[in-house]
Amino acid sequence: MRSMAGRITLFEKMYALWLREFKVFLRERSRLVASTFTPLLWLFVIGIGFGSVAMLPGGESVGYQKFIFPGIVCMSVIFTSIFFGSYIIWDRKFDFLKSVMVAPVSRGTIFVGKALGGMTSSLIQAAILLCVGALIGIPYSFVGVIEATVIVILLSFTLTSLGLALGSYMQSLEGFQMIASFVVFPLFFLSGALFPLDKLPAWLSILTSIDPATYAVSAMRSALLGVGDRPFEVDILILLGFTIILGAAGIFSFKRMKAV
Amino acid sequence: MIKIRNLTKKYENLLAVDNVNLEIGKNEVFGLLGPNGAGKTTVIHMLATLLKPSSGTAIVNGYDIISQPAKVRASIGIVFQTPSSDDMLTGYENLKIHAFLYGVPSFEREKRIQSVLDLVGLGERQHDQVKKYSGGMRRRLEIARGLLHEPTVMFLDEPTLGLDPSSRGMMWDYIKKLVKEKEVTLILTTHYMEEADHLCNRIGIIDEGRVIALDTPSNLKKSIGGDIVKLRPKSFPDLESLRKLIYIRRIELVEGEIMMYVDNARENIPDILRHVDADSVEFRSPDLNDVFIKLASKTIKEQGEGGYMERYAQYGR
Repeated sequence: MRSMAGRITLFEKMYALWLREFKVFLRERSRLVASTFTPLLWLFVIGIGFGSVAMLPGGESVGYQKFIFPGIVCMSVIFTSIFFGSYIIWDRKFDFLKSVMVAPVSRGTIFVGKALGGMTSSLIQAAILLCVGALIGIPYSFVGVIEATVIVILLSFTLTSLGLALGSYMQSLEGFQMIASFVVFPLFFLSGALFPLDKLPAWLSILTSIDPATYAVSAMRSALLGVGDRPFEVDILILLGFTIILGAAGIFSFKRMKAV
Repeated sequence: MIKIRNLTKKYENLLAVDNVNLEIGKNEVFGLLGPNGAGKTTVIHMLATLLKPSSGTAIVNGYDIISQPAKVRASIGIVFQTPSSDDMLTGYENLKIHAFLYGVPSFEREKRIQSVLDLVGLGERQHDQVKKYSGGMRRRLEIARGLLHEPTVMFLDEPTLGLDPSSRGMMWDYIKKLVKEKEVTLILTTHYMEEADHLCNRIGIIDEGRVIALDTPSNLKKSIGGDIVKLRPKSFPDLESLRKLIYIRRIELVEGEIMMYVDNARENIPDILRHVDADSVEFRSPDLNDVFIKLASKTIKEQGEGGYMERYAQYGR
């Protein structure tokens, strides 16, 4: 059994790795601005543009722009989290990773520290978007905001894990960008962020059901608008399942990653 | 401190490290000298547990690099060939993160960080982002980081690669200061023979993955035998008469010049000139490059700085 002191050191190591990610995030303002801009573009251009023609079944009560808002929050998490995987390639190129790997720190700890850093970036961006949501009249409740936070935490950890796992296998940033695009767009489009999923043909329904973002979008709609596809608790449990599976995959891929 | 046993690293079609055996004692400053691609860095990476040997092993600080990698890592410090600090962070922040990673106890953390910063002369610039540091300062920060957890063995992989001569000189001073002030065994790799000569008390010369010589710098140079005399003859010399001179140990013809290993050159040159009619004569004491040339029949190239600057230019963010 691990001693108390050992456990404290373990958390300190994770904290140190997280702190580094957080400081870098704070200093790279352009990264924050660029990645907040795209979701806003979707929210206001697609939201208003399609909103003028799209008719949701019984959707008069919500309106298209508000309907896609939870999906756009999830979208920002999807993009930020998956592309966060590129930072493991940066770390390797700059040899920072080597200096961490030569320290007495387990690969699992390195992975969790890094993933927590990615999660923090996503949380900050989601918070900005939630503020924007107030402007378009999303009816926030205290519980709804707490629930949204939980969803962002789970989804971002899940997808940061996936991004980091992909990054750990890739040698070049260009290669990563390619692969990440292949992952990001299906995750986003199949999640139901932009359209309701209940009228889809069976083959498409199967694809949407294996997308972790589907459950995050539905849960987010429950939390913010009260119109999820499933009960909130069910979505959260399924999402948690994805978190565990992809988190484990991330740790595994860090363990097999070569140091030099 | 370090016992290397039959250490070997094979890549698909390359034997990078070929059955190396070495023992390095406590508080030694040991140099691995060899040209680029000789296998120096591969040896260091294996000793630091970043790379698994194909066969053989090593004991570092009493721990086996294969079966006890975590214990090895906790007891060593390493400065990589390319600086590995995060340049978005300040020098101080980089050290703080590593103090956490090495489990430096909280009551010691601040004191240690300031003491290693002082040692490498970065105290005043500690709150600047590393991207504002010069190449030499980055290297010194790496040394500071390597010392944070007070390791008993420290590896320096090409510590002055890519530095200009004045920064190199400064780096040497810091390394010497480190040896004087800390109880630490230093293993450094270099392809600069003067660096090995200047800093190390024992040198292993490595070429194509094999250690081809192992001794103190002065013994290595003595093994050359005598001084090196080069002269440019006016006409083709009478080599037979030169070979009869007992103080000449070896004669080589290199690009129209005669190179001789001569005992006590200062006194014997006039006599040599009686046998050869020469345009010019020079002589010098042998250096480690001569040792390398003699053993490997090629020279340690000084150019081709291992790609650090190229990589740096390519990925600057």
